[in-house]
Amino acid sequence: MFASVRRVLLLSALAWSVSGFAQTGLLNVSYDVARDVYKDYNPLFQKYWKAKTGETVELRQSHGGSSKQVRSVADGLEADVVTMNQAPDVDFLVEKGLVVKDYAKRFPNNASPYTSTMVFIVRKGNPKGLKEWADLAAPGVQVILPHPKNTGNGRYTYLAAWGVALKQPGGNDKTAQEFVGKLLKNAPLFAAGGRDATTTFMQRRLGDVLVTFESEAELIAKEFGKGEFDVVYPSQSILAEFPVALVEKVVDKKGTRKLAQAYLEYLWSKEGQENAAQNYLRPRDPEVLKKYAAQFPPIRTFSVDEVFGGWAKATAAHFRDGGSFDQIYQVR
Amino acid sequence: MKRVLPGFGLSLGITLVYLGLLVLLPLSGLVFKSSALSFAQWWDIATGERALASLRVTFGASLLAATINAVFGLIVAWVLVRYSFPGKRLVDSLVDLPFALPTAVAGITLATLYAGNGWVGRYLEPLGIKVAFTPLGIVVALTFIGLPFVVRTLQPVIEDIEPEVEEAAATLGASRAQTFFRVLLPGIFPALLTGFTLAFSRAVGEYGSVIFIAGNMPLVSEITPLLIISKLEQYDIVGATALALLMLIISFLLLLGVNALQWWAAHRHHRLNGGAL
Repeated sequence: MFASVRRVLLLSALAWSVSGFAQTGLLNVSYDVARDVYKDYNPLFQKYWKAKTGETVELRQSHGGSSKQVRSVADGLEADVVTMNQAPDVDFLVEKGLVVKDYAKRFPNNASPYTSTMVFIVRKGNPKGLKEWADLAAPGVQVILPHPKNTGNGRYTYLAAWGVALKQPGGNDKTAQEFVGKLLKNAPLFAAGGRDATTTFMQRRLGDVLVTFESEAELIAKEFGKGEFDVVYPSQSILAEFPVALVEKVVDKKGTRKLAQAYLEYLWSKEGQENAAQNYLRPRDPEVLKKYAAQFPPIRTFSVDEVFGGWAKATAAHFRDGGSFDQIYQVR
Repeated sequence: MKRVLPGFGLSLGITLVYLGLLVLLPLSGLVFKSSALSFAQWWDIATGERALASLRVTFGASLLAATINAVFGLIVAWVLVRYSFPGKRLVDSLVDLPFALPTAVAGITLATLYAGNGWVGRYLEPLGIKVAFTPLGIVVALTFIGLPFVVRTLQPVIEDIEPEVEEAAATLGASRAQTFFRVLLPGIFPALLTGFTLAFSRAVGEYGSVIFIAGNMPLVSEITPLLIISKLEQYDIVGATALALLMLIISFLLLLGVNALQWWAAHRHHRLNGGAL
């Protein structure tokens, strides 16, 4: 199924690049739920670019599961820029020589124009009184989360729980693994993706708590109404960063470097930051964050770099074959 | 050797090129990619606890689903060919629905139906039967997607059986069971096996619908295609192809076995009919 999607993408990219717009157009390859963010952002940038240079740019989007998306880019999908939800996806393109090694330093804030964090969605009134990560591992609580190894959403949840356990007094890798193990035992299933987890929790009414991105909570409110659930902010959680990068080989080949650079830089402009905030992603700009303070309650966050020494290490220790996730599921 | 029928060289050439491009090329890519692993490494991946558990789930559920479809698909095909009733056309086109529906849609719909609060699940749950997010859910999804393969394979074969054959059997004193098992089934059996094989093969490779209803718990309801995706998510492409190759080998051996069975059945039938078929 994915192979055919990729083929369609490739073909359409091909058709598009020979149609002559290649010089004034950009292809932004992005993760699945970024659809709304960039749908709103692209007209903003087009307006800005038109005012600045008089050129009309054509902006095209491609959305899908993030690792599938970067594999398509590695296989030849001509993306000028990638806007992802996890560093490992961009790192893969670094490995393939498509993105510069220090991409995180080419833009401010670790090249992540906005952030999010993992929060809890509970049934209205929070009948089980779930407040902290520790409550999720208590006996008799059902936790809904996407697959911790196969989905970005799930990996953030896994690392958040692990990081919080590490930060407890006397916390170490062993206690963290025990804690995460208990939490995962409370999961009746691993959903196929973030949206599937939401459907399972909200529509099939399975579980006591759904762990998901803060930004997803607002979408749930739009879809199912605010009266159905409460959002619980634990005292601390993980910082989810969304790295962006130029695809060097493509921008050089298509001569779109300047445009692509401007496209990504503009994400940090007031307009770009406001757009992120309106899509419930935490803006980096302190002033914009202040303006939208009502929808972003303060929460202590830790980044993957701080606690795990970067994504490469976190992936190797936890999600690779034989990593901590696999160890939890060895028969003892 | 001079052949009587013309066009052999050209059509064989097209056949070989077509199959080569469509089937052999991707498969050899798979083998080539996984050759980056030594046999010991490959064996490690293949016999890992979760890999083995997932193979049991995948092939077990696929066999079960294909068997269910063989039984009920035969009944459906029989009814659609032998009887006429109002709405027959509609029922006939319903059979194709699993072909046409995107598998993810099927998976999400089935999960919603069979979840504890779903239309079907709410009646099963009090009986202690959990379908969605258990291995049983996998069987349900695979049965759904496999049905048309059996029905569509059987229909033309059943159409070919003259009703007179049954009448003859009856006049010669055969009981209904005897007519079915000794007269009708031997003729249908090879096609039934083909349908079974198609449904089974389709089920083994199925991913889209299963992941939404399986629950995807390691060692319990995890299918091998999910493990392959899992490896791809870690950019472990070689590991993914190793598992894919393993599935390919098992599928090939099973299909070979079914083909042998089919050959045997066809021959036996042929012999029993005194070579008249």
